[in-house]
Formats: sequence, structure tokens, C-alpha cells
Amino acid sequence: MPTIRIPTPLRPYAANSAEVAVAGETVGAVLGDLTNRHPDLRKHLYNDSGELRAFVNVFLGQEDVRHLQGVHTPVKASDQLRIVPSVAGGQSQLRTYPINP
Amino acid sequence: MTLIISPELYYQITAHLQAAYPNEGAGLLLGQANGTEAAKTVKAVLPFANKFESGEQYHRYLITAQDMLQGEIEAEKLGLDVIGVFHSHPDHPAQASEYDREHALPWYSYLIVSVQKGRAADAHSWVLNDDRAKFVEETIQQT
Repeated sequence: MPTIRIPTPLRPYAANSAEVAVAGETVGAVLGDLTNRHPDLRKHLYNDSGELRAFVNVFLGQEDVRHLQGVHTPVKASDQLRIVPSVAGGQSQLRTYPINP
Repeated sequence: MTLIISPELYYQITAHLQAAYPNEGAGLLLGQANGTEAAKTVKAVLPFANKFESGEQYHRYLITAQDMLQGEIEAEKLGLDVIGVFHSHPDHPAQASEYDREHALPWYSYLIVSVQKGRAADAHSWVLNDDRAKFVEETIQQT
């Protein structure tokens, strides 16, 4: 079975597992099996529209699956996948410029 | 919740963030963890270049998925895990913003350092609630 590595913050929602063996022949099927096994992962992986959150990335080896065939990317039994968050943030305030009289 | 960090590692963080000024700087906090501990000890830091579009870096930072992947692989080589993220708020308080919250994951420590006129000032660390509704401040313990 393929395996999928879980980032540290999401391990508590996956029975504290660092790596989970999952069934499926595409990335979408594998993620579906993962969230069926661990339903609490869903709210952190998917937004309210059921799409992968923008900062949730799935890698097959060194490749981001968005650059392959997305959820339709084929997965072999020997493959290792990895959920990798991208991290963004910053202060809310926009720069303001004084208005000269 | 407590974030424990040595003065030497904290110095590495502030040096990176001061060098990034007037833009935001960022990087990863590494430690040993399984995602359940209330106290996390920083064992190493990995600074990254801010990959947000250049005109917006004064108030935004981005660590790309590719950088995170390299960070996780590097952490594994050291026998560590990514336990959080540090970044700066140039000339603004070290308070977590709504934008920070929307892009956060639970359990990670989000260490924010206010950099005032190029010098590191106060720091606060934040953890996202399990229901993603709000950040809660954690104690920073320097040892």
C-alpha cells in the first residue's frame, strides 16, 4: 500500500501517526481513504467547499501533485506521499503614506 | 503551553529577522515532538528567504511548500520535527493578525518578533486553537 506522511500538527487527528498506509490508485483516492480512516483530518485539509486548503500541499516524492495531475495523479503501491503545509502570514496593516497638504 | 528556547537560538532568529528588515523574515522552529506536547523545546532553527511577492514583503511572508518539504527533510536528518514558525512584524507589534490565523495550523508555535527600526524588540508566541477560531498566547521561556 502507498504511505502518506502526516505533518506534526495534524498527527493528533491521525491517531498520532507520523505515517499512514492508505489504499487508492490516485492521489484523490488515497486522500479519501486517509480522511475516511481519520475523519478529524478533514477540517484541516479541506475548506468548506470541499477543496484542499490553499496551504495544504501533497507531494509525491519531490513533486507537488499540483504540478503533476492533481488529485488524478496515479499512485503506485510502493509510493510515498507527504502532506506538506506551506506557511504564510504577516501583519494586517497596510503601509500608509502621509498626504501632503 | 510553553515554547522553550535557548538565547543562542533566539539570537539566530533575531539576526535573520533584523537582516530581512524592513521586510518580514521567517523560518522554521525544529524540535522533538509528536503533536501533543504542551511544552515544546526549540532544538534548531531554519531561516528561509521570504517568497511572498516582493512588493508585499513588508507585511507578508511565505515559506513555500518546496521550502517546507526541504525543512521537513532537514529536520528528519537531525532526528527532529518542525514544531513551529517564526516571523517578524516590522515596525508593528508582535500580535498575531487575522491573516496569520487564517493561514495557521493547530499546535504549531507561531513565534512573532516585532522589529522596530531594524532592531528586534518584544516577542510573543501564539498557538491556533483546535477549532481554528482563535490564537492563544503561549509562554516563551528562555533557558
